[in-house]
Amino acid sequence: MTTTTLRPPVRRTPKAPRDTHKADRLWKATPLTWVGLVLGVILSLFPFYWMIVIASRTNDAANSWPPPFLPGGKLGENIARVLENGDANIVKGLMNSFLVSGTITIATVFFGSLAGFAFAKLRFRGKNAMLLVILASMMVPIQLGVLPLYILMAKLEWLNTMPSVTVPFLIGGFGIFMMRQYAEQAVPNELIEAARVDGCSTWRVYWHVVVPALRPAAAVLGLLTFMEQWNQFFWPFVVLADPANPTVQISLRSLNTAYFADNSQIFAGTLIATLPLFIVFVLFGRQIIGGIMEGAVKS
Amino acid sequence: MSLDLHTAAPPGGGGDPARPARAAHRRPASLTRLDLKYSPYLYVLPFFAIFAVFSAYPIGYTIWIALTDRSPLNATISFVGLDNFVELLTEDPQFWNAVVNTFGMFLLSTVPQLLLALVLANALNRKLRAQTFFRMAIAMPIITSTAVVALIFSMLYAKEFGLVNWLLDLVGLGPIDWRANRLASWFAISTMVDWRWVGYNALIYLAAMQSISKDMYEAAALDGASRRRQFWSITIPQLRPTIIFTLIVSTIGGLQLFTEPLLFTSGSGGISGGSEGQFQTITMYLLDVMNTRFRWGYAGAVALVLFLLIALVSLVNYLLARRISSDK
Repeated sequence: MTTTTLRPPVRRTPKAPRDTHKADRLWKATPLTWVGLVLGVILSLFPFYWMIVIASRTNDAANSWPPPFLPGGKLGENIARVLENGDANIVKGLMNSFLVSGTITIATVFFGSLAGFAFAKLRFRGKNAMLLVILASMMVPIQLGVLPLYILMAKLEWLNTMPSVTVPFLIGGFGIFMMRQYAEQAVPNELIEAARVDGCSTWRVYWHVVVPALRPAAAVLGLLTFMEQWNQFFWPFVVLADPANPTVQISLRSLNTAYFADNSQIFAGTLIATLPLFIVFVLFGRQIIGGIMEGAVKS
Repeated sequence: MSLDLHTAAPPGGGGDPARPARAAHRRPASLTRLDLKYSPYLYVLPFFAIFAVFSAYPIGYTIWIALTDRSPLNATISFVGLDNFVELLTEDPQFWNAVVNTFGMFLLSTVPQLLLALVLANALNRKLRAQTFFRMAIAMPIITSTAVVALIFSMLYAKEFGLVNWLLDLVGLGPIDWRANRLASWFAISTMVDWRWVGYNALIYLAAMQSISKDMYEAAALDGASRRRQFWSITIPQLRPTIIFTLIVSTIGGLQLFTEPLLFTSGSGGISGGSEGQFQTITMYLLDVMNTRFRWGYAGAVALVLFLLIALVSLVNYLLARRISSDK
């Protein structure tokens, strides 16, 4: 169902010769459209603004009536306090999150493109059955196996270490489906045949023909994977119980469980935890949005 | 970008001048046969290795463990048949409380979420200036983690100094204790889910709307159909597969709801979902049974029932959504 179609970037020009006056009016934005959109944008962006407001206030000012509406001057101070917070270990959390998300992203792009290539372009027995297993695996929530997985991690002595939140997620069904769909359209069969005639092994076909063609889709898959992994909470919450070695999301949880709820510190923490993805979004927002929009249409 | 591929990657191995393509010719034929036959399996192996160890095996183990009384506190493990399931379904009010909460919040979040996404997508589908800005702004919440969303909204819904209660006060409504009241807590948590996912779903609907032929709308307009009428009679039926897709994704996600209600309680003890479990979800209850009561066999049963519920509701949603076009 989650078949991904990431077509090669072909721009459709909406301008058709019979774009008459009447048809134009049909697609014109009414005042109501604008009101709806502006309202949508305000609601979408307000919590980000609020994050900055509270993160830049003293805790007393954050908890006052009426609530503060403008940013204050304490942002640096609050960030310094949260970075030094011994219960949250957010610096460690940030480093761990970069390590875990980065490793999973590289592995997903690599293994996903390999398997996607195999499913799109190679012939082998059991292919369809395997695809079905991959599809089914995407519909099973992690909760179903959470307890045995926890026991397994304990046996491997991976509890409270980063392999427990990395290794099980190195490659998932989504990456394979996305790469398979793209490879089907972006890698011409003739090119593979030509490489074969020249005596290329399958590996060399992958490396020299498929990989260059898959680059745009691989970039989008990498972005989506990194974002998803950076934001993981449930499984890290189960296996990283020791606050000394958290991911950044678990650091946030530690801030929230403190005996005294220091809101300006919590909000400075959420700001720090969101900043890396904010930068990613500013730089690659178009690609991410393109990936989502191309991603789920055909089912 | 894929066009310059021909020059970028000469078949037969550019970038490796030490081994000209001809050398490959001399590979023994048997090696080539082996390569053709087995390398596909090698390429899909990483997924199946990880899947076997970290998905299939735990799932199988869950089924087995649910039939036992295993616990780290018990020295021995005995087989108890379906006892865990019988207890869960007939003698466990806390489980049913979690089921009701989960479904309540699922409905309260999913229905407005998908409707709002449809409306937004319809607006984004008009001829607009600054299109990219609108799309980016509306999609922006997807960069936040559920933990961040939960923490920000927890403060918006604070009883004493929360912004929402301040707004209510402005229009002359009394403050609401968003955590103590069951329905209020469901509402608060649902808005967290919706804030993060409406824009994402709107983009998916927008992509589907753009693939609907404009001729249909023009013909309908000529026949005098209003925009509202066009929306219900053309857009919605044409979006049916996409609506099914988003419904199933939201079902799988919504019934696993965990982080938002957990962090809605500040301080420790979030796992119990409020003083009387008024917003404890099934996943929270699962971890409660597993880590606080150490009843591992019983937790296995909870996990299985949760999975069956998700499968069942996905199926029902699928059947309901399939009827969209036949209604018209």
